[in-house]
Amino acid sequence: MMRLADVLRYSLQSMLGHRGRTLLMLLAMAIGVGAVVVLTALGEGARRYVLDQFTTLGSHIVIVLPGRSETTGAAPPLMGETPRDLTIDDALALYQSHAIGKVAPLVIGSAPVSWQAREREVMVLGTTAEMEQVRQLKMARGKFISSSDPHRGSAVCVIGHTLRKELFGNQQALGQWLRIGERRFRVIGELAQQGHSLGADIGDLIIIPVASAQALFNTESLFRILIQAKGRDSIPQAKQAIKKIITERHDGEDDITVITQDAILATFDRIFTALTFAVAGIAAISLAVAGVLIMNVMLVAISQRTSEIGLLKALGAPDFEVMLLFLAEAGLLSLCGGVAGLAVGMASSFFLDQAFTNFTVIAPLWASVGGLSVALLTGLVFGYLPARRAARLNPVEALTRRR
Amino acid sequence: MIELEAINRNFEVGEETVHALRDINLNIDAGEYISIMGPSGSGKSTLLNILGLLDQPNSGIYRFNGKAINQLAEDEQAQVRRENIGFVFQFFHLIPRLSAADNVALPLTLAGVEPDIRQQKTAAAMDALGIAERAQHRPDQLSGGQRQRVAIARAMITEPQLILADEPTGNLDRSSGSDVIEALEALNQKGITLIMVTHDPELGGRAMRRLKMDDGKIIGDHQS
Ligand SMILES: Nc1ncnc2c1ncn2[C@@H]1O[C@H](COP(=O)(O)OP(=O)(O)OP(=O)(O)O)[C@@H](O)[C@H]1O
Ligand SMILES: [Mg+2]
Repeated sequence: MMRLADVLRYSLQSMLGHRGRTLLMLLAMAIGVGAVVVLTALGEGARRYVLDQFTTLGSHIVIVLPGRSETTGAAPPLMGETPRDLTIDDALALYQSHAIGKVAPLVIGSAPVSWQAREREVMVLGTTAEMEQVRQLKMARGKFISSSDPHRGSAVCVIGHTLRKELFGNQQALGQWLRIGERRFRVIGELAQQGHSLGADIGDLIIIPVASAQALFNTESLFRILIQAKGRDSIPQAKQAIKKIITERHDGEDDITVITQDAILATFDRIFTALTFAVAGIAAISLAVAGVLIMNVMLVAISQRTSEIGLLKALGAPDFEVMLLFLAEAGLLSLCGGVAGLAVGMASSFFLDQAFTNFTVIAPLWASVGGLSVALLTGLVFGYLPARRAARLNPVEALTRRR
Repeated sequence: MIELEAINRNFEVGEETVHALRDINLNIDAGEYISIMGPSGSGKSTLLNILGLLDQPNSGIYRFNGKAINQLAEDEQAQVRRENIGFVFQFFHLIPRLSAADNVALPLTLAGVEPDIRQQKTAAAMDALGIAERAQHRPDQLSGGQRQRVAIARAMITEPQLILADEPTGNLDRSSGSDVIEALEALNQKGITLIMVTHDPELGGRAMRRLKMDDGKIIGDHQS
């Protein structure tokens, strides 16, 4: 029985002895494996990008909206029924639950904001001190609005990074009095630059106490309530508690919608994982194409090397050994091609990664390992038929072809 | 060592049957030096292929060292070839991408012999044939005579009992041809049975036993 090292050496010498076809097959395999690696890296990157966007929202977030979501398929609302508003007291009542850590009521509106001669129409957020932690806002300068009775609005505001530049230019903003609508507010803080978070530009807004916002927009109701559960595990419990507390306060009417961030995350996670697999599968088809190419090239190789096969048999190589030699060659070719493809794939992923800031393009391990194994497997499967044909050649006929 | 009993080999060519060998009976003792001559198409190569277990007779019995071997399975026949028989071909059949030394070592490599033993035996065989300094050359860098001596070194490296040579000088000029014949005769001198097909009456005449074939039959068997 031939030694493994000799089998590999023989195959390697044969590969080196036929550079043209070897390069062709390596290229085909490399393209296949490279495609799998790059495409899955992109899919993974997209998935992570979306998940990251959600997590910048803050962790363990539960959102309460007034009104019953129609998508639940519950009984249609009764005629003339309008959802009850959510109030600041509703929000404060939620602290009864142990599962709930922080509650940040939210009023949103748009109003003209002016300082000296400059004026802009800006999104105004009315909320409480809790918002800073719930949305994980970072301060560049000054402080966030302080925790005091949410019912009492003070005339202070926190401004976003872009707004500060637009209104104040290079001048000091902290301590200045600006105007929102007809009211005057003192700037006590500036948000740090955090970029976009799910479409909302954190830079271009102004934050004031919730009661001030209610007075400004002349409303009693909240746009929504953001809640941070105590931990990831207490999210379901928090959800139940919210339903129970609000229903009690709303005379037994379940007229709110509760959205958990995890549910959204899980959905996106599933969608993107499926997409990544689909893309990897499509790329894997190119591996099958490479396999067919390997088969054809091996068949040609065998017809060119019939006298060699006849010789091997005359020298006493049993059929299975001849088969092993050709199978090893196909396997080695696809493996080398696979490794080359992996290198190309990793390199292109790296360059893509550098090209897209805030979008990580890194091939997942399963794609690299899977791509390589599929490449090797394709080589062996498609190499089997030619190898068997080689093993079955009649030695006398193989030897009488001149060489 | 070899007994052939009523060996027949037919080839179906279209509607016709070609009788390449007809009822061949032949006994060969260990250590003999035999030449086979005869016109083209008389069945010399076919006989040699059957002796070398590369081909199977349609009927008849082939005994090698007393054992009927044409009933053996393919793998067992491969083993007999590997251990007992060396081949020398008219067209050398060297593997072009391998060095002369690797070509010589090939039977040992296929048999799974340790690299250092392989190297030792290869060096000795190439030395015996006067091609030691060509060890690292590839076949296309060698002359015809040198190539055939590489092939002979390859045939002898497993220390076979029998060497079969089908027109070993057919592709060589007279002087390198006689070098090759001398190399083969030297092996025979060491006790290896040598059977050689040739068209050259002068070379054929050097053999101790001369078989003459015509139309699939042995028509002459001269001993000297
Ligand atoms: N594979 C084959 N198929 C059909 N006929 C064959 C085959 N091999 C040999 N023959 C025929 O068998 C006969 C003997 O052939 P063989 O090759 O043994 O002759 P030979 O004596 O070696 O001739 P040469 O001196 O030309 O080499 C020839 O008629 C040949 O045509
Ligand atoms: Mg012949």
